[in-house]
Amino acid sequence: MKSCILSTATRYLLPLMLLFSIYLLLRGHNQPGGGFVGGLVASTAFALYMIAEGVLAARRALQVQPTTLIGIGLGIAAASGGLDLLAGEPFLKGLWLPVAVPVLGKIGTPLMFDAGVYLVVLGVALLIVFSMAED
Amino acid sequence: MNPENLALNVAMPVLGVSLVMAFARLVRGPNLVDRVVAVDLIGTLSIGIAGVYAVATHQAVFLDVAVILAMLLFLGTIAFAYFIERRTER
Repeated sequence: MKSCILSTATRYLLPLMLLFSIYLLLRGHNQPGGGFVGGLVASTAFALYMIAEGVLAARRALQVQPTTLIGIGLGIAAASGGLDLLAGEPFLKGLWLPVAVPVLGKIGTPLMFDAGVYLVVLGVALLIVFSMAED
Repeated sequence: MNPENLALNVAMPVLGVSLVMAFARLVRGPNLVDRVVAVDLIGTLSIGIAGVYAVATHQAVFLDVAVILAMLLFLGTIAFAYFIERRTER
């Protein structure tokens, strides 16, 4: 299905939705949002692109395999717990950098864990959507 | 009448009644297209309810719910159209 209106709308919506997903991810610790919702919104953006341009174009736009995203996300989430063990603290305890980063505020292992969740959710949702569209 | 009262006493009942009517169309709808339009309408009304609730409770967070709902609803309707078209091609 090729629709001029849909492709044009997607060209504007895809970056906007990805930006909004990052926004949801970053503010998730103190307000509604977080890795899970952010990942879902990001996967929605790619699903929209898939419907507008086809599965192959969406896979090319993603650049990595969805399964790779799942692996990287799980690795990051596990590493956020592993950092605690290295510091001699209980597994998955929140550790923050002593100084605040401009724009982001204080970052620490909870944000790292959320980023891992984001990648896992993005990978799983896109794996399901792509394999459903291909058969 | 202040905006909070207006939202709770006027806008919310109107949206609620529309929601029931849209749901009736979803249940009764003679064919698939009617049901898809009813689902779309229910989603739009939910966006309205989220916005009205944000006014009534002074919680700006509910406006983000409305934004996300609007984006997902757009995709959902397009996906329905896509799959209906693909099904009729076969």
